Amino acid sequence: MTHKPKLKLATTSLAGCFGCHMSFLDMDERIVELLEHIEFDRSPFTDIKQLGHCDIGLIEGGVCNAENVHVLRTYRASCRILVAVGACAINGGVPAMRNHFSLQECLEEVYLKSPDMINPHIPNDPELPLLLDKVYPVHEVVKVDYFLPGCPPSADTFYRFLSELIEGKEPQIGKVELRYD
Amino acid sequence: MTEHLHLLHILHELQQKHRYISEESICEVAAQLSLPVSQVRAVVAFYAFFYSTPCGHYHILFSNCTSCGYRAGGTDLIRMLSQKLSVNIGQTRKDGQLSIHETSCIGMCDHGASLLINGVPLIHLDSEKIEQITDLIEADKPLNEWPLDWFHIKDHIYKRGLLLEGDLPAGDGLRAMLARGREETLTEITQSKLRGRGGAGFSTGLKWHLCQQATGEAHYVVCNADEGEPGTFKDRMLLQQHADALLEGMTICAYVIGAYQGFIYLRGEYRYLLPHLQATLLHRRKLGLLGTAILGQTGFDFDIDIVVGAGAYICGEESALIESLEGKPGIPRSRPPFPVAHGYLGQPTVVNNVETFIAATHIVCNGSEWFTAAGTTESTGSKLLSISGDCAAPGIYEYSFGVTIQQVLEECGADNVQAVQVGGPAGTLLDQTAFHRQIAFEDVGTGGSFMIFNRERDILAIIHQFAAFFAHESCGFCTPCRVGTTLLKQGLNKIIIGQGARNDMAELQRVSELVRRYSHCGLGHTAANPILDGLQHFPQAFEQQLTQYDFTARFELDAALQEARQLTQHDDKGAHLKQEGD
Repeated sequence: MTHKPKLKLATTSLAGCFGCHMSFLDMDERIVELLEHIEFDRSPFTDIKQLGHCDIGLIEGGVCNAENVHVLRTYRASCRILVAVGACAINGGVPAMRNHFSLQECLEEVYLKSPDMINPHIPNDPELPLLLDKVYPVHEVVKVDYFLPGCPPSADTFYRFLSELIEGKEPQIGKVELRYD
Repeated sequence: MTEHLHLLHILHELQQKHRYISEESICEVAAQLSLPVSQVRAVVAFYAFFYSTPCGHYHILFSNCTSCGYRAGGTDLIRMLSQKLSVNIGQTRKDGQLSIHETSCIGMCDHGASLLINGVPLIHLDSEKIEQITDLIEADKPLNEWPLDWFHIKDHIYKRGLLLEGDLPAGDGLRAMLARGREETLTEITQSKLRGRGGAGFSTGLKWHLCQQATGEAHYVVCNADEGEPGTFKDRMLLQQHADALLEGMTICAYVIGAYQGFIYLRGEYRYLLPHLQATLLHRRKLGLLGTAILGQTGFDFDIDIVVGAGAYICGEESALIESLEGKPGIPRSRPPFPVAHGYLGQPTVVNNVETFIAATHIVCNGSEWFTAAGTTESTGSKLLSISGDCAAPGIYEYSFGVTIQQVLEECGADNVQAVQVGGPAGTLLDQTAFHRQIAFEDVGTGGSFMIFNRERDILAIIHQFAAFFAHESCGFCTPCRVGTTLLKQGLNKIIIGQGARNDMAELQRVSELVRRYSHCGLGHTAANPILDGLQHFPQAFEQQLTQYDFTARFELDAALQEARQLTQHDDKGAHLKQEGD
């Protein structure tokens, strides 16, 4: 058996809930088999902080602040194939519900008008990344090669998608995996 | 439903009276007509000419068509007027004196920049006239004291053919039909190979035959006078000058298919034609050409009501038109079943264009051979073209089918031509390598719109204008069209403002094909045509605007941080984003 070099896989969650990452882990023991062919780089699964050159980057979540933009650009620059994973990455998802309001309205509602606030003010610590006016889908900021729809995409979807990339095939998402009712 | 009880008409009255339609009025109308409140509310929301907040005492709608729009003369007249009168476009001035909005083509393309003021077309706008309008509005002069010639719509007919040459005395068509008999008349129409003049070109004889054969409690004849395709104004002229031949064609159709009731669905922009049409109807009733026992023939009963639309391009699509006739939002139905079997109120219905009915009248009078002698084998007879844009003589030209684009251009005095848009935004954009092609269903089809653009025009801006038109007019029922047309508009805009990348051209192509393939009705199927034609025939217009990158962000990243910078009062280097590309 010839050993092909393992594909490097990086993942991150921007404005997401990590639900897509959890769903990824739902592939259970199949992950052991997958690890024969892939190696995790920077990811919440590994806690590696520095992103190396990767074959595949999985992006969960939309783009809600300046830091998201930087992270996303780093992933785009380092990953041969970039994948928008889940409803938030593709459409903005739940965080994008704030798009119906101005940023000012959102921040005032939370930090000035909430009951029992002590010293109410809009946070402005320089450590905090600045928020974008809206939550944007990933493909409006960088080029995206594939989209894995779902909230979250099922473990089977992840597994099949990665298996096909490992085999060097063009990944196809079947109708069954696109059906949610 | 009698005319005065039609939902659209009641809402129009309310809009006129209160300058908007309140939630209270909606509930009252619903109770009056025993309709669900939700239906009335949906209708008010759907049609552009109904407003849920008050319009001004002078309500001005500038056409944004490439031919009769506010930029047609080179100056941005809407901006000029709004600045002079201190009102924001799309809003009502605080004192309630006026409101200024944009609207889609109002069919005045042979009269330069035009607008509707309180529903009446005002033509030949220029900066001087804008000054005068400003004064009249500030002086609160009623419209009937404004210069009369501003509202005088003269038809420019430069070339007459089969339909426009001859003059048919009222009733001749009906007499010829009765002499022939019902079936012979249908045979004559079928043999003439007349095809629908609205653009789709379906066989008129077959349509009438299918409707005649369909069973139902009643049959209906509907004239589609919702001439909304930008650049088309031939029906405006026909309704004004040939109303008798139109009504006669509808009556002939009624006799053939067995209908007792007909409708003219008139676009709201042509409401000013209503008195003339009603007078013609009245006159024909007096002559015994409409009503009971037409021409003394027992059992030949037929009459026509006019229903006036309220600013919705989609209502030119026949099933949307029928929905609108039924007092609903103009959302196209799923077809089949087609209207011939399942139309108005679910009954067999013929829907034909104004020009089609008029052609039918002429065919019944003159015979099918007279008709087939003109045109091509597959497109018999003649076609009225509404020619507008960059030419010496914009107006109506009637040509036999088969005429080349080049010949048309020569005869209307167009030189230095860069492109021609045939059939309106939903039609075909042609560059000069295609000017040898013919106007015919089998080559370049058209509902009548023929817009000429010379080399001084920015073709990308025109395509963008068309994209904005479709994004505005999409009825919103299906996602591919509702979302797709907006994505196309935004994608084009990104290229126009100099932020486009290679990927954006590919994306335009991809989304265009998606919109064309997956949309519910003809609007969506054709909405991407200007972009697809543009990418094919004028790629350089897109390419020369692109940045050096393969991909750039869809929006301005740094601008998207502006609000946060203000709220947090951070403005250092870290509080900014560069708009880099890949």
